[in-house]
Amino acid sequence: MKETIIPIGPYHPLQEEPEFFTLTVEGERVVNIDVRVGYNHRGIEKLSEMKTFDQSTFVIERICGICSTSHPFAYTRALEDIISMEVPRRARYIRTIIAEGERIHSHLLWLGLAGHFLGYKTVYMWAWKLREEILDVMEMLSGNRNNYAMFKPGGVRRDIKAADLPVALGKLDSIIPTLEMLRKAVLDDPVLHARTQGIGVLSKQDAIDFSALGPTARASGVARDVRKDCPYGVYDEVEWDMIVTANGDVFDKLVVRIGEVFESVRIMKACLLNLPRGEIDAGIADIPPGEGIGHIEAPRGETFHYVRSDGTNRPVRHKVRAPTFMNLPTFKTTVKGATLSDATIILAAIDPCYCCTERMAVRDPEGRTLGDGYDLIRLSQEKTARIKRKMGNK
Amino acid sequence: MTREEILAGIRTRFGEDIIDFFDKSPKRVYIEIRPEAIVRVGTYIFSDLGARFNTASGVDSRTTIEILYHFTLEDINLLISIRVKLDRSQPEIDSLTPCLEAANWVEREMHELLGIDFRGHPDLRRLLLPDQWPEGVYPLRQDYQEWDEEAVRDRGV
Repeated sequence: MKETIIPIGPYHPLQEEPEFFTLTVEGERVVNIDVRVGYNHRGIEKLSEMKTFDQSTFVIERICGICSTSHPFAYTRALEDIISMEVPRRARYIRTIIAEGERIHSHLLWLGLAGHFLGYKTVYMWAWKLREEILDVMEMLSGNRNNYAMFKPGGVRRDIKAADLPVALGKLDSIIPTLEMLRKAVLDDPVLHARTQGIGVLSKQDAIDFSALGPTARASGVARDVRKDCPYGVYDEVEWDMIVTANGDVFDKLVVRIGEVFESVRIMKACLLNLPRGEIDAGIADIPPGEGIGHIEAPRGETFHYVRSDGTNRPVRHKVRAPTFMNLPTFKTTVKGATLSDATIILAAIDPCYCCTERMAVRDPEGRTLGDGYDLIRLSQEKTARIKRKMGNK
Repeated sequence: MTREEILAGIRTRFGEDIIDFFDKSPKRVYIEIRPEAIVRVGTYIFSDLGARFNTASGVDSRTTIEILYHFTLEDINLLISIRVKLDRSQPEIDSLTPCLEAANWVEREMHELLGIDFRGHPDLRRLLLPDQWPEGVYPLRQDYQEWDEEAVRDRGV
């Protein structure tokens, strides 16, 4: 059969990470995929070399709007690795609270968008409503809904007020019943099973070969989590479980992420309840010559920072590796063989900061547009409606 | 295997290739090796020891081009960084990609940002830089000069 090339991307105003996918299809089936990134390359590694160590924390925080805590967390840990020091206990608790709050809102954001791509507007609305509650908690604790600016080398910048603790705990408790309802609604839905089970399977061996990270790896049966493997913060002091499933399809990635929201609430509550008294900043005067590595578990997987210092007040080299950099190449195995209507959710399943799936253009040889912008999402939503009809619930 | 057994195993197996062995802390080890041995050492750590490939950091240290390949042994919480030093005038090294797919993108990235040639890489296209970026200009080199006179850039502090 004749092959058709479908370009997806690169830009969409809603996405903070533009990417360009070239899907080669035979009829409905995807036979090949090529990914092009770099549209959002801002040269932050180079920029960081021109800033002082303290200023870099702010630049790094602006790498991503959603995981704005992961990067400064990994970066400050890299600096602390150069000095071989550990930050005060209260600062470690506060860091963990902020990082888990970020994981909850990031996973809920993904869940809402996944619902949107599948044609489940109710899931979309519910998940984003819940996310608002978490953002309120974060605003109360840190002063910001995003870009919390809580991190500094050696500790945290602001303390959490004792008066805020019961309010935050109450809010966290109040979202649990809604979250439970959402979990049941999502995981017991036969239509959703039909749309996501066995779709976009990433095998365990592929996950290991690609060194996939975070929920993408854990859904494929690879028990890999920096919080358990190389504990930092207070993850070795509070009780929580790593969620691992075996099948590696889109449904399992959904299960892992929803399960992790519950675990994150659990970690956050334990930290808020047991917040110790004490200093929040170790007060680092200067960074000696040397090199350090900081890696932490961001919502999408491990964020990795390598920093080299020559004893001046600026880094000589600052290497940043975000989790999507390792997860994105797994498309080579997961999308091949899928149908076009499933490609949307497979591309979305690793949570790549939503890459422009809405800007497709299929053209015939004369250059007439056969399908445009929103067709890919429409295709996906129509398939859900079709399955719904077949199952007799409208 | 314990930490000591693994490190002793690497020492005996690659004794002649190891130039420097720096046991920095319980969680971090830096091993400098001869560049010719990178594929053997890399596949041994990844496949035989079952490590995870984190990434690789290319560094221009003005006298040489360094690459650090970072591997994590998750069972024993140890991060091994394999360091190679390359000739700065013509940095070249064998590619890990044919036997370690996870290194594919990061080698493409180092190729365009630092000008390192990876022998045997199946697909050394650009990854991040735009198409209009001139050939032979490597932004992460220390002697990088601004080439685009029309660009308005924030020079930092």
